[in-house]
Amino acid sequence: MQPRGYWSDAIRRLRKRKLAMLCFWIVAMYAGLAAFIWIGDILVTHLDWKIPIVQWNEHVGPSYQKPAAQYEFVPEMKTESQKGWCLLGTDFMGQSTFRKTLYGAKTAMMVAFCASIISILIGVPLGALAGYYRGWVDDAIVWFYTTLGTIPYILLLMAFAVVLRGAHIGPWELRGSVSVYLAIGLTSWVGLCRLIRGEIIKRKESEYVLAARAMGCSDFRILFFHLLPNVFHIILINFSLRFVSFIHAEVILSFLGLGETDKPSWGAMIDAARTELARDVWWEMAAATVAIFIISLALNIFSDALRDCLDPKLRMD
Amino acid sequence: MTAFIIRRLLYMFPIVLGVLLVTFTLFTLIGGDISQQIAGKNADAETIAEIRHEYGLDKPLFWSWDSQFVNHFKKALFFDFGRAMDRERISSKILRGIVPSLMLTVPMFIGVIISAVSLALIIAYVRGTIWDVSAVVICVAGMSIPYLSFIIFGQYFFAYKLDWFPIIYLPEEPMIKSVGLPILIGILASLGGELRFYRTIMLDEMRNDYVRTAFAKGLSTTRVLFKHVLKNAMIPIITNVVLTIPHLILGSFLLERFFGIPGLGYLMIEAIGARDFFVINAMTFIFSLLIVIFTLLADICYAFVDPRISLK
Repeated sequence: MQPRGYWSDAIRRLRKRKLAMLCFWIVAMYAGLAAFIWIGDILVTHLDWKIPIVQWNEHVGPSYQKPAAQYEFVPEMKTESQKGWCLLGTDFMGQSTFRKTLYGAKTAMMVAFCASIISILIGVPLGALAGYYRGWVDDAIVWFYTTLGTIPYILLLMAFAVVLRGAHIGPWELRGSVSVYLAIGLTSWVGLCRLIRGEIIKRKESEYVLAARAMGCSDFRILFFHLLPNVFHIILINFSLRFVSFIHAEVILSFLGLGETDKPSWGAMIDAARTELARDVWWEMAAATVAIFIISLALNIFSDALRDCLDPKLRMD
Repeated sequence: MTAFIIRRLLYMFPIVLGVLLVTFTLFTLIGGDISQQIAGKNADAETIAEIRHEYGLDKPLFWSWDSQFVNHFKKALFFDFGRAMDRERISSKILRGIVPSLMLTVPMFIGVIISAVSLALIIAYVRGTIWDVSAVVICVAGMSIPYLSFIIFGQYFFAYKLDWFPIIYLPEEPMIKSVGLPILIGILASLGGELRFYRTIMLDEMRNDYVRTAFAKGLSTTRVLFKHVLKNAMIPIITNVVLTIPHLILGSFLLERFFGIPGLGYLMIEAIGARDFFVINAMTFIFSLLIVIFTLLADICYAFVDPRISLK
């Protein structure tokens, strides 16, 4: 029998779990949708393509139409009225809630993805350096992340978001979405850094590192080509576990007016319900809540399963 | 014991220093000069210069005994954070917000702890059955609903539709009535995550040998759970409680915002809306200091509760 490698073995375990695979496909669907909207948005804004489902800012009906209700209205630049309906109703501006929800998926996935990448790019190298070199490098990095970890997360996130918004860093001005990516990314690498540091300390005396050193590998090569690939599963588990919290952080920042303000986001849609619910307009909040609920649930279940399959200590046969 | 506490106290200094460096970088170096913003759009150069002088923004950044860098540390040392953008003293603003915040968060926290720990014990009792599985599913589902939706829907349903509670906080109403709904929503919204956390603790505890011994002696399940397991599970619970206290004082900014409770969370939201860096800076420093202190307290409690931990 062919011996199985670590990754193919983990994938085989994962595929045996029906529920986890279902959740994986749901997450993949959201990601695919976000990518589609992202490309479609570029085509619509820069090349004047007509892709109705991406054009969230089009006025498709009178304001506050109920889901699936038939209505008549006069479109922009036209004189005769026409019939129409919206699957999830319309908002105050007469924009389709369905299209806004889809666009919100792009906003949320972009924020979570970019913030994750930023926090990995900071947390992993710092943790690896601290764990590998120890000494004063370790002291300095541990001091730095303990400091950041001491500040209550929600205060830190809000402080970063409010300061970075519209701040000038060198020649660049930070625009709405970039400041959100940075605020979440820069404040959330501490946990990952701590994990990676501990793992590197544990592994740096192992035989394969000794062998690499005996063959004359540089520290850089040992660290990034021998040690880091062996802790990659930790990065992956951490990535999937925290993706959900990034989506929720984006909702809160949007609510505070620190998120993207000129594009639809789930946070802004839920926030709109503050005034809408009293008028029995429930569909905008319901659409955004359900969208967040499904992706969070799927990611929670999938990342638990992923951890069970990838973490050698948790594997039970 | 004394040596341990002194060492830990000394260890606090670099951390507090670090927090001050982070806040200085954020609010002074990156955030920059907000005098224009305080003065308003149509202010002339003279007014702006006056405001810059009033808030000390015209001083050099570094390299002087009266630089902004030195003043940043001085403010923290004497707990004198000067005035907010609306010219009220920041310290009096913060003192005023503590009581309303605690009024909201303390009952909420007690409610969450009691319900989560007792439910976790019940789940540990029925572990492995369909009840256990469905409880976990409900917890994960509860964690997946955004906090904002909980609040908006709760406020709409219980206060607006059913009219059981006032929609916003009214100081003249009895306390139970005006903070009752935010407390209820807060408990419901955070129960899922907390319950899952305590369930893991209880189940980890159940795997220990002393539990098997207790069962082998013929003790009833209730006795094992409430006498043996709960006692040992107290260590993580107490640590968690002590570490949560600073967050209780900080309040729950979303709940306070929606129900108009004039606590510290509300103060923070207002400061963010106005981009009032002075208030945000003061809040960040004070709460980091509280966290440092309570982390030390948690370590000491830990040592008291668990005799196996030696204070080395």
